[in-house]
Amino acid sequence: MLSIRYEAPASVGEAVALLDADEGAKVIAGGTDLLVQYRSGLREPTAFVDVKRIPDLMEISIDADGLVLGAATPAAEVFENTEIRQLWPGVAEATDLIGSTQIQGRATLGGNLCNSSPAADTVPALIAVGAQAVIAGPSGERELAVEDFVTGPGQNVLGRGEFLVKLRVPRPGPRTSDAYLRLIPRTEMDIAVVGAGVALTLDEGGTCTAARVAIGAVAPTALLVPDAAAALVGSSVDDAALAGAAQAASAAASPIDDKRGTVAYRRKVTGVLTQRAAAIAAERARER
Amino acid sequence: MPKTHVETTINGEPQEFLCEPSESLLAALRDGLGLTGTKEGCTTGDCGACSVMLDGRLVPSCMVLAPEAIGRSIETIEGVAQGDSLHPLQQKFLEHAALQCGVCTPGFIVAAKALLERNPDPSEEETRYWLAGNLCRCTGYDKIIRAVLDAAAEMREATA
Repeated sequence: MLSIRYEAPASVGEAVALLDADEGAKVIAGGTDLLVQYRSGLREPTAFVDVKRIPDLMEISIDADGLVLGAATPAAEVFENTEIRQLWPGVAEATDLIGSTQIQGRATLGGNLCNSSPAADTVPALIAVGAQAVIAGPSGERELAVEDFVTGPGQNVLGRGEFLVKLRVPRPGPRTSDAYLRLIPRTEMDIAVVGAGVALTLDEGGTCTAARVAIGAVAPTALLVPDAAAALVGSSVDDAALAGAAQAASAAASPIDDKRGTVAYRRKVTGVLTQRAAAIAAERARER
Repeated sequence: MPKTHVETTINGEPQEFLCEPSESLLAALRDGLGLTGTKEGCTTGDCGACSVMLDGRLVPSCMVLAPEAIGRSIETIEGVAQGDSLHPLQQKFLEHAALQCGVCTPGFIVAAKALLERNPDPSEEETRYWLAGNLCRCTGYDKIIRAVLDAAAEMREATA
Protein backbone atom coordinates (compact mmCIF):
# COMPACT_ATOMS: atom_id res chain seq x y z
CA MET A 1 0.00 0.00 0.00
CA LEU A 2 1.32 3.40 -0.93
CA SER A 3 1.79 5.67 2.01
CA ILE A 4 -0.56 8.57 2.23
CA ARG A 5 0.67 11.94 3.42
CA TYR A 6 -0.85 13.81 6.34
CA GLU A 7 -0.75 17.60 6.05
CA ALA A 8 -2.00 20.09 8.60
CA PRO A 9 -1.83 23.56 7.01
CA ALA A 10 -2.08 26.54 9.36
CA SER A 11 -3.68 28.92 6.89
CA VAL A 12 -6.23 28.98 4.09
CA GLY A 13 -3.50 29.89 1.59
CA GLU A 14 -1.34 26.98 2.62
CA ALA A 15 -4.28 24.58 2.26
CA VAL A 16 -5.10 25.91 -1.22
CA ALA A 17 -1.46 25.44 -2.26
CA LEU A 18 -1.43 21.85 -1.00
CA LEU A 19 -4.72 20.99 -2.71
CA ASP A 20 -3.77 22.74 -5.93
CA ALA A 21 -0.42 20.93 -6.11
CA ASP A 22 -1.94 17.47 -5.67
CA GLU A 23 -5.25 16.57 -7.23
CA GLY A 24 -5.45 13.38 -5.17
CA ALA A 25 -5.28 15.23 -1.84
CA LYS A 26 -8.53 15.21 0.13
CA VAL A 27 -9.61 17.63 2.81
CA ILE A 28 -10.35 15.97 6.14
CA ALA A 29 -12.52 17.79 8.66
CA GLY A 30 -14.37 15.35 10.94
CA GLY A 31 -13.48 12.39 8.74
CA THR A 32 -16.71 10.54 9.52
CA ASP A 33 -17.55 10.11 5.84
CA LEU A 34 -14.08 10.33 4.31
CA LEU A 35 -12.37 7.75 6.55
CA VAL A 36 -15.18 5.23 6.07
CA GLN A 37 -14.98 5.75 2.29
CA TYR A 38 -11.18 5.47 2.37
CA ARG A 39 -11.11 2.28 4.46
CA SER A 40 -13.74 0.62 2.30
CA GLY A 41 -11.72 1.40 -0.83
CA LEU A 42 -14.19 3.90 -2.26
CA ARG A 43 -11.62 6.68 -2.14
CA GLU A 44 -7.86 6.51 -2.45
CA PRO A 45 -6.50 9.92 -1.50
CA THR A 46 -2.79 10.67 -1.91
CA ALA A 47 -2.89 12.98 1.10
CA PHE A 48 -5.18 13.95 3.94
CA VAL A 49 -5.24 17.71 4.35
CA ASP A 50 -6.43 18.31 7.90
CA VAL A 51 -8.01 21.76 7.92
CA LYS A 52 -8.75 21.85 11.64
CA ARG A 53 -5.56 23.79 12.43
CA ILE A 54 -6.77 26.74 10.34
CA PRO A 55 -8.46 29.25 12.68
CA ASP A 56 -11.03 30.38 10.05
CA LEU A 57 -12.29 26.82 9.75
CA MET A 58 -12.93 26.50 13.50
CA GLU A 59 -14.67 29.82 14.04
CA ILE A 60 -18.19 30.38 15.31
CA SER A 61 -19.12 34.08 15.37
CA ILE A 62 -22.50 35.71 15.57
CA ASP A 63 -23.08 39.43 15.02
CA ALA A 64 -25.70 41.80 13.58
CA ASP A 65 -25.19 40.30 10.11
CA GLY A 66 -25.65 36.74 11.26
CA LEU A 67 -23.60 33.61 11.75
CA VAL A 68 -20.17 32.81 10.42
CA LEU A 69 -19.55 29.12 10.91
CA GLY A 70 -16.12 27.64 10.20
CA ALA A 71 -16.53 24.63 7.94
CA ALA A 72 -14.64 22.27 10.29
CA THR A 73 -16.46 23.16 13.52
CA PRO A 74 -17.79 19.94 15.06
CA ALA A 75 -21.56 19.41 15.12
CA ALA A 76 -21.57 19.15 18.92
CA GLU A 77 -20.12 22.65 19.21
CA VAL A 78 -22.80 24.02 16.89
CA PHE A 79 -25.64 22.35 18.77
CA GLU A 80 -24.26 23.37 22.19
CA ASN A 81 -24.23 27.03 21.14
CA THR A 82 -27.35 28.50 22.79
CA GLU A 83 -27.41 31.51 20.49
CA ILE A 84 -27.43 29.30 17.39
CA ARG A 85 -30.24 27.23 18.89
CA GLN A 86 -32.28 30.38 19.52
CA LEU A 87 -31.65 32.12 16.22
CA TRP A 88 -31.63 29.12 13.85
CA PRO A 89 -33.46 26.31 15.68
CA GLY A 90 -33.99 24.35 12.45
CA VAL A 91 -30.27 24.33 11.66
CA ALA A 92 -29.57 23.29 15.25
CA GLU A 93 -32.08 20.44 15.18
CA ALA A 94 -30.78 19.17 11.85
CA THR A 95 -27.27 19.22 13.31
CA ASP A 96 -28.40 17.30 16.38
CA LEU A 97 -29.95 14.59 14.21
CA ILE A 98 -26.60 13.57 12.77
CA GLY A 99 -25.14 10.36 14.20
CA SER A 100 -24.25 9.60 17.80
CA THR A 101 -22.70 11.78 20.49
CA GLN A 102 -19.30 10.48 19.39
CA ILE A 103 -19.95 11.22 15.71
CA GLN A 104 -21.14 14.71 16.63
CA GLY A 105 -17.80 15.29 18.31
CA ARG A 106 -16.15 14.89 14.90
CA ALA A 107 -18.68 15.44 12.11
CA THR A 108 -18.98 18.96 10.70
CA LEU A 109 -21.58 20.96 8.80
CA GLY A 110 -18.95 21.79 6.21
CA GLY A 111 -18.22 18.10 5.75
CA ASN A 112 -21.92 17.30 5.54
CA LEU A 113 -22.18 19.75 2.64
CA CYS A 114 -18.94 18.68 0.91
CA ASN A 115 -19.75 14.97 1.17
CA SER A 116 -22.74 16.02 -0.93
CA SER A 117 -25.07 13.17 -0.06
CA PRO A 118 -28.65 13.85 -1.21
CA ALA A 119 -29.75 12.80 2.30
CA ALA A 120 -27.48 15.16 4.28
CA ASP A 121 -29.61 16.51 7.14
CA THR A 122 -28.05 19.93 7.57
CA VAL A 123 -28.20 20.84 3.87
CA PRO A 124 -31.98 21.44 3.54
CA ALA A 125 -31.89 23.25 6.89
CA LEU A 126 -29.07 25.51 5.66
CA ILE A 127 -30.81 26.14 2.33
CA ALA A 128 -34.01 27.13 4.16
CA VAL A 129 -32.21 29.83 6.16
CA GLY A 130 -30.46 31.18 3.07
CA ALA A 131 -26.94 30.06 3.96
CA GLN A 132 -24.02 30.95 1.72
CA ALA A 133 -20.92 28.80 1.21
CA VAL A 134 -17.55 30.59 1.19
CA ILE A 135 -15.01 28.76 -0.95
CA ALA A 136 -11.27 29.44 -1.14
CA GLY A 137 -9.22 28.50 -4.19
CA PRO A 138 -6.21 29.38 -6.30
CA SER A 139 -7.97 32.44 -7.73
CA GLY A 140 -9.21 33.71 -4.38
CA GLU A 141 -12.49 33.45 -2.54
CA ARG A 142 -15.93 32.97 -4.01
CA GLU A 143 -19.30 32.69 -2.35
CA LEU A 144 -22.44 30.93 -3.50
CA ALA A 145 -25.81 29.85 -2.13
CA VAL A 146 -25.82 26.44 -0.45
CA GLU A 147 -28.56 25.24 -2.86
CA ASP A 148 -26.10 25.78 -5.71
CA PHE A 149 -23.20 23.93 -4.05
CA VAL A 150 -24.14 20.28 -4.54
CA THR A 151 -24.47 19.21 -8.18
CA GLY A 152 -25.32 15.51 -7.80
CA PRO A 153 -24.90 12.58 -5.41
CA GLY A 154 -21.35 12.94 -4.02
CA GLN A 155 -20.64 15.81 -6.43
CA ASN A 156 -20.27 19.53 -5.93
CA VAL A 157 -18.90 22.72 -7.42
CA LEU A 158 -15.47 22.52 -5.79
CA GLY A 159 -12.76 22.70 -8.44
CA ARG A 160 -9.08 21.86 -8.23
CA GLY A 161 -7.40 23.55 -5.28
CA GLU A 162 -10.71 24.71 -3.84
CA PHE A 163 -12.20 23.94 -0.45
CA LEU A 164 -15.04 25.13 1.75
CA VAL A 165 -13.89 27.65 4.37
CA LYS A 166 -17.08 28.73 6.06
CA LEU A 167 -20.82 29.09 5.94
CA ARG A 168 -22.56 32.43 6.32
CA VAL A 169 -26.13 32.50 7.60
CA PRO A 170 -28.03 35.81 7.59
CA ARG A 171 -29.44 36.88 10.94
CA PRO A 172 -33.21 36.33 11.08
CA GLY A 173 -35.33 39.46 11.36
CA PRO A 174 -38.29 39.84 13.72
CA ARG A 175 -40.93 37.07 13.65
CA THR A 176 -38.65 34.89 11.53
CA SER A 177 -37.79 31.33 12.41
CA ASP A 178 -37.05 27.92 10.94
CA ALA A 179 -37.55 24.20 11.48
CA TYR A 180 -36.20 20.94 10.11
CA LEU A 181 -37.82 17.52 10.22
CA ARG A 182 -36.70 14.21 8.83
CA LEU A 183 -38.23 10.79 8.66
CA ILE A 184 -36.28 7.69 9.63
CA PRO A 185 -37.76 4.34 10.61
CA ARG A 186 -36.23 4.54 14.10
CA THR A 187 -35.64 7.28 16.66
CA GLU A 188 -31.87 7.76 16.35
CA MET A 189 -28.93 7.38 14.04
CA ASP A 190 -30.20 6.62 10.59
CA ILE A 191 -30.09 8.22 7.18
CA ALA A 192 -33.01 10.42 6.14
CA VAL A 193 -35.76 8.81 4.08
CA VAL A 194 -37.06 12.35 3.60
CA GLY A 195 -36.00 15.68 5.12
CA ALA A 196 -37.72 19.07 5.00
CA GLY A 197 -36.47 22.48 6.15
CA VAL A 198 -38.64 25.59 6.28
CA ALA A 199 -37.79 29.19 7.23
CA LEU A 200 -40.43 31.87 7.24
CA THR A 201 -41.22 35.42 8.30
CA LEU A 202 -44.55 36.70 9.61
CA ASP A 203 -45.73 40.30 9.77
CA GLU A 204 -47.27 41.79 12.91
CA GLY A 205 -50.68 40.48 11.91
CA GLY A 206 -49.36 36.96 11.49
CA THR A 207 -49.33 36.93 7.69
CA CYS A 208 -46.38 35.15 6.11
CA THR A 209 -44.28 37.66 4.15
CA ALA A 210 -41.35 35.46 3.15
CA ALA A 211 -40.60 31.76 3.14
CA ARG A 212 -38.01 29.28 1.96
CA VAL A 213 -38.71 25.56 1.72
CA ALA A 214 -36.03 22.94 1.05
CA ILE A 215 -36.38 19.17 0.80
CA GLY A 216 -33.75 16.45 1.12
CA ALA A 217 -33.27 12.77 0.24
CA VAL A 218 -35.91 12.95 -2.49
CA ALA A 219 -33.81 14.06 -5.48
CA PRO A 220 -30.15 13.85 -6.59
CA THR A 221 -29.52 16.97 -4.48
CA ALA A 222 -31.40 18.82 -1.78
CA LEU A 223 -33.87 21.12 -3.50
CA LEU A 224 -35.14 24.62 -2.84
CA VAL A 225 -38.88 24.54 -3.63
CA PRO A 226 -40.08 28.07 -4.52
CA ASP A 227 -43.63 26.83 -5.27
CA ALA A 228 -43.99 25.51 -1.72
CA ALA A 229 -42.76 28.84 -0.35
CA ALA A 230 -45.20 30.70 -2.61
CA ALA A 231 -48.08 28.67 -1.14
CA LEU A 232 -47.18 30.00 2.32
CA VAL A 233 -46.49 33.66 1.47
CA GLY A 234 -49.56 35.86 1.90
CA SER A 235 -51.29 33.34 4.16
CA SER A 236 -51.55 33.11 7.92
CA VAL A 237 -49.89 29.68 7.53
CA ASP A 238 -53.33 28.16 7.92
CA ASP A 239 -54.39 24.65 6.94
CA ALA A 240 -55.10 25.57 3.33
CA ALA A 241 -51.67 27.19 2.90
CA LEU A 242 -49.96 24.25 4.58
CA ALA A 243 -51.79 21.83 2.29
CA GLY A 244 -50.68 23.90 -0.70
CA ALA A 245 -47.07 23.86 0.46
CA ALA A 246 -47.27 20.10 1.01
CA GLN A 247 -48.63 19.56 -2.48
CA ALA A 248 -45.93 21.73 -4.06
CA ALA A 249 -43.16 19.96 -2.15
CA SER A 250 -44.48 16.52 -3.10
CA ALA A 251 -44.66 17.64 -6.72
CA ALA A 252 -41.06 18.88 -6.65
CA ALA A 253 -39.71 15.62 -5.23
CA SER A 254 -38.20 13.14 -7.68
CA PRO A 255 -37.15 10.35 -5.33
CA ILE A 256 -35.82 6.87 -6.02
CA ASP A 257 -37.01 3.50 -4.78
CA ASP A 258 -34.51 1.96 -2.40
CA LYS A 259 -34.38 -0.02 0.83
CA ARG A 260 -35.31 3.10 2.79
CA GLY A 261 -38.53 3.85 0.96
CA THR A 262 -40.47 3.73 -2.26
CA VAL A 263 -41.01 6.63 -4.67
CA ALA A 264 -44.69 6.93 -3.73
CA TYR A 265 -43.99 6.84 0.00
CA ARG A 266 -41.19 9.39 -0.19
CA ARG A 267 -43.27 11.71 -2.32
CA LYS A 268 -46.16 11.55 0.14
CA VAL A 269 -43.91 12.03 3.19
CA THR A 270 -42.18 15.01 1.53
CA GLY A 271 -45.48 16.86 1.67
CA VAL A 272 -46.26 15.75 5.21
CA LEU A 273 -42.88 16.85 6.59
CA THR A 274 -42.96 20.13 4.68
CA GLN A 275 -46.35 20.94 6.14
CA ARG A 276 -45.30 20.00 9.68
CA ALA A 277 -41.99 21.86 9.48
CA ALA A 278 -43.79 24.97 8.17
CA ALA A 279 -46.26 24.81 11.06
CA ILE A 280 -43.41 24.53 13.58
CA ALA A 281 -41.46 27.38 11.94
CA ALA A 282 -44.61 29.56 12.05
CA GLU A 283 -45.19 28.73 15.70
CA ARG A 284 -41.61 29.69 16.49
CA ALA A 285 -41.86 32.86 14.41
CA ARG A 286 -44.94 33.95 16.37
CA GLU A 287 -42.89 33.68 19.57
CA ARG A 288 -40.02 35.77 18.26
CA MET B 1 7.70 7.38 3.03
CA PRO B 2 8.89 8.08 6.57
CA LYS B 3 6.57 7.49 9.47
CA THR B 4 5.00 10.46 11.18
CA HIS B 5 6.33 11.47 14.56
CA VAL B 6 3.54 12.34 16.97
CA GLU B 7 4.02 14.15 20.24
CA THR B 8 0.87 14.30 22.27
CA THR B 9 -0.57 14.07 25.78
CA ILE B 10 -2.35 10.90 26.86
CA ASN B 11 -4.07 10.72 30.23
CA GLY B 12 -2.10 13.75 31.36
CA GLU B 13 1.31 12.33 30.43
CA PRO B 14 3.41 13.46 27.47
CA GLN B 15 3.74 10.65 24.93
CA GLU B 16 5.38 10.21 21.56
CA PHE B 17 5.04 7.58 18.89
CA LEU B 18 5.61 6.89 15.21
CA CYS B 19 2.71 6.05 12.93
CA GLU B 20 1.64 5.75 9.34
CA PRO B 21 -0.01 9.03 8.32
CA SER B 22 -3.24 7.19 7.44
CA GLU B 23 -3.34 5.11 10.63
CA SER B 24 -6.24 5.66 13.03
CA LEU B 25 -5.73 6.99 16.52
CA LEU B 26 -7.33 3.74 17.68
CA ALA B 27 -4.62 1.66 15.98
CA ALA B 28 -1.87 3.92 17.33
CA LEU B 29 -3.20 3.63 20.89
CA ARG B 30 -3.58 -0.14 20.76
CA ASP B 31 -0.73 -1.30 18.54
CA GLY B 32 1.76 1.54 18.94
CA LEU B 33 1.36 2.37 22.62
CA GLY B 34 -0.07 -0.88 23.99
CA LEU B 35 -3.09 0.95 25.40
CA THR B 36 -5.45 -1.88 24.57
CA GLY B 37 -8.25 -0.80 26.89
CA THR B 38 -9.76 1.16 24.00
CA LYS B 39 -11.51 -1.50 21.92
CA GLU B 40 -11.87 -1.96 18.19
CA GLY B 41 -15.46 -2.70 17.19
CA CYS B 42 -16.70 -1.62 13.80
CA THR B 43 -13.94 0.83 12.66
CA THR B 44 -16.66 2.81 10.89
CA GLY B 45 -17.73 5.11 13.72
CA ASP B 46 -20.94 3.23 14.44
CA CYS B 47 -20.37 1.26 17.65
CA GLY B 48 -18.68 3.52 20.22
CA ALA B 49 -16.28 0.81 21.49
CA CYS B 50 -13.27 2.99 20.64
CA SER B 51 -14.57 6.14 22.38
CA VAL B 52 -11.89 8.47 23.75
CA MET B 53 -11.78 12.13 24.73
CA LEU B 54 -9.89 14.37 22.30
CA ASP B 55 -9.30 17.88 23.69
CA GLY B 56 -12.26 17.35 26.02
CA ARG B 57 -14.64 16.09 23.35
CA LEU B 58 -16.02 12.55 23.06
CA VAL B 59 -14.96 11.05 19.72
CA PRO B 60 -14.68 7.62 18.08
CA SER B 61 -10.90 7.07 17.89
CA CYS B 62 -11.33 4.98 14.71
CA MET B 63 -12.52 8.18 12.99
CA VAL B 64 -9.43 10.18 14.03
CA LEU B 65 -6.13 9.97 12.15
CA ALA B 66 -3.25 9.30 14.52
CA PRO B 67 -1.25 12.37 13.36
CA GLU B 68 -4.22 14.55 14.28
CA ALA B 69 -3.20 13.89 17.90
CA ILE B 70 -0.11 16.09 17.51
CA GLY B 71 -0.23 18.67 20.30
CA ARG B 72 -3.67 17.53 21.46
CA SER B 73 -4.79 15.99 24.73
CA ILE B 74 -6.29 12.49 24.77
CA GLU B 75 -8.02 10.67 27.59
CA THR B 76 -8.59 6.93 27.37
CA ILE B 77 -10.14 4.30 29.62
CA GLU B 78 -6.68 3.74 31.14
CA GLY B 79 -6.90 7.21 32.70
CA VAL B 80 -10.29 6.73 34.33
CA ALA B 81 -9.29 4.88 37.54
CA GLN B 82 -7.06 6.72 40.01
CA GLY B 83 -4.32 4.19 40.71
CA ASP B 84 -5.99 1.22 42.40
CA SER B 85 -9.21 3.04 43.14
CA LEU B 86 -11.91 2.57 40.55
CA HIS B 87 -13.98 5.45 39.21
CA PRO B 88 -17.58 5.29 40.55
CA LEU B 89 -18.74 4.34 37.04
CA GLN B 90 -16.37 1.38 36.96
CA GLN B 91 -17.47 0.34 40.46
CA LYS B 92 -21.15 0.56 39.54
CA PHE B 93 -20.66 -1.40 36.33
CA LEU B 94 -19.28 -4.21 38.50
CA GLU B 95 -22.02 -3.94 41.13
CA HIS B 96 -24.81 -3.93 38.55
CA ALA B 97 -23.14 -6.61 36.43
CA ALA B 98 -23.47 -4.14 33.56
CA LEU B 99 -21.25 -6.17 31.27
CA GLN B 100 -20.91 -9.62 29.84
CA CYS B 101 -18.23 -9.94 27.17
CA GLY B 102 -16.79 -6.54 28.08
CA VAL B 103 -15.79 -5.30 24.64
CA CYS B 104 -18.18 -2.35 24.73
CA THR B 105 -17.48 -1.51 28.39
CA PRO B 106 -14.50 0.87 28.07
CA GLY B 107 -16.38 2.88 25.45
CA PHE B 108 -19.47 3.03 27.64
CA ILE B 109 -17.45 4.19 30.64
CA VAL B 110 -15.56 6.86 28.72
CA ALA B 111 -18.83 8.10 27.14
CA ALA B 112 -20.77 7.99 30.41
CA LYS B 113 -17.98 9.89 32.18
CA ALA B 114 -18.21 12.59 29.49
CA LEU B 115 -21.97 12.80 30.10
CA LEU B 116 -21.65 13.12 33.88
CA GLU B 117 -18.97 15.78 33.57
CA ARG B 118 -21.39 18.01 31.66
CA ASN B 119 -24.60 16.87 33.33
CA PRO B 120 -24.23 15.41 36.84
CA ASP B 121 -27.95 14.62 37.06
CA PRO B 122 -29.10 13.23 33.71
CA SER B 123 -32.54 11.69 33.29
CA GLU B 124 -32.81 8.11 32.11
CA GLU B 125 -33.90 9.40 28.70
CA GLU B 126 -30.94 11.79 28.45
CA THR B 127 -28.61 8.99 29.43
CA ARG B 128 -30.06 6.62 26.83
CA TYR B 129 -29.79 9.23 24.08
CA TRP B 130 -26.24 10.21 25.05
CA LEU B 131 -25.16 6.56 24.99
CA ALA B 132 -27.15 5.66 21.86
CA GLY B 133 -23.89 5.47 19.89
CA ASN B 134 -22.45 2.82 22.22
CA LEU B 135 -23.61 -0.58 21.09
CA CYS B 136 -23.77 -3.59 23.41
CA ARG B 137 -24.79 -6.94 21.98
CA CYS B 138 -24.92 -8.78 25.33
CA THR B 139 -26.70 -6.91 28.09
CA GLY B 140 -29.81 -5.33 26.61
CA TYR B 141 -28.62 -1.98 28.03
CA ASP B 142 -30.83 -1.80 31.12
CA LYS B 143 -28.07 -2.75 33.55
CA ILE B 144 -25.71 -0.28 31.89
CA ILE B 145 -28.21 2.55 32.23
CA ARG B 146 -28.89 1.63 35.87
CA ALA B 147 -25.15 1.56 36.60
CA VAL B 148 -24.65 5.00 35.04
CA LEU B 149 -27.59 6.55 36.91
CA ASP B 150 -26.46 4.95 40.17
CA ALA B 151 -22.90 6.24 39.67
CA ALA B 152 -24.30 9.70 38.93
CA ALA B 153 -26.32 9.63 42.17
CA GLU B 154 -23.29 8.53 44.18
CA MET B 155 -21.08 11.18 42.61
CA ARG B 156 -23.66 13.87 43.39
CA GLU B 157 -23.80 12.73 47.01
CA ALA B 158 -20.01 12.75 47.24
CA THR B 159 -19.86 16.37 46.12
CA ALA B 160 -22.94 17.54 48.07
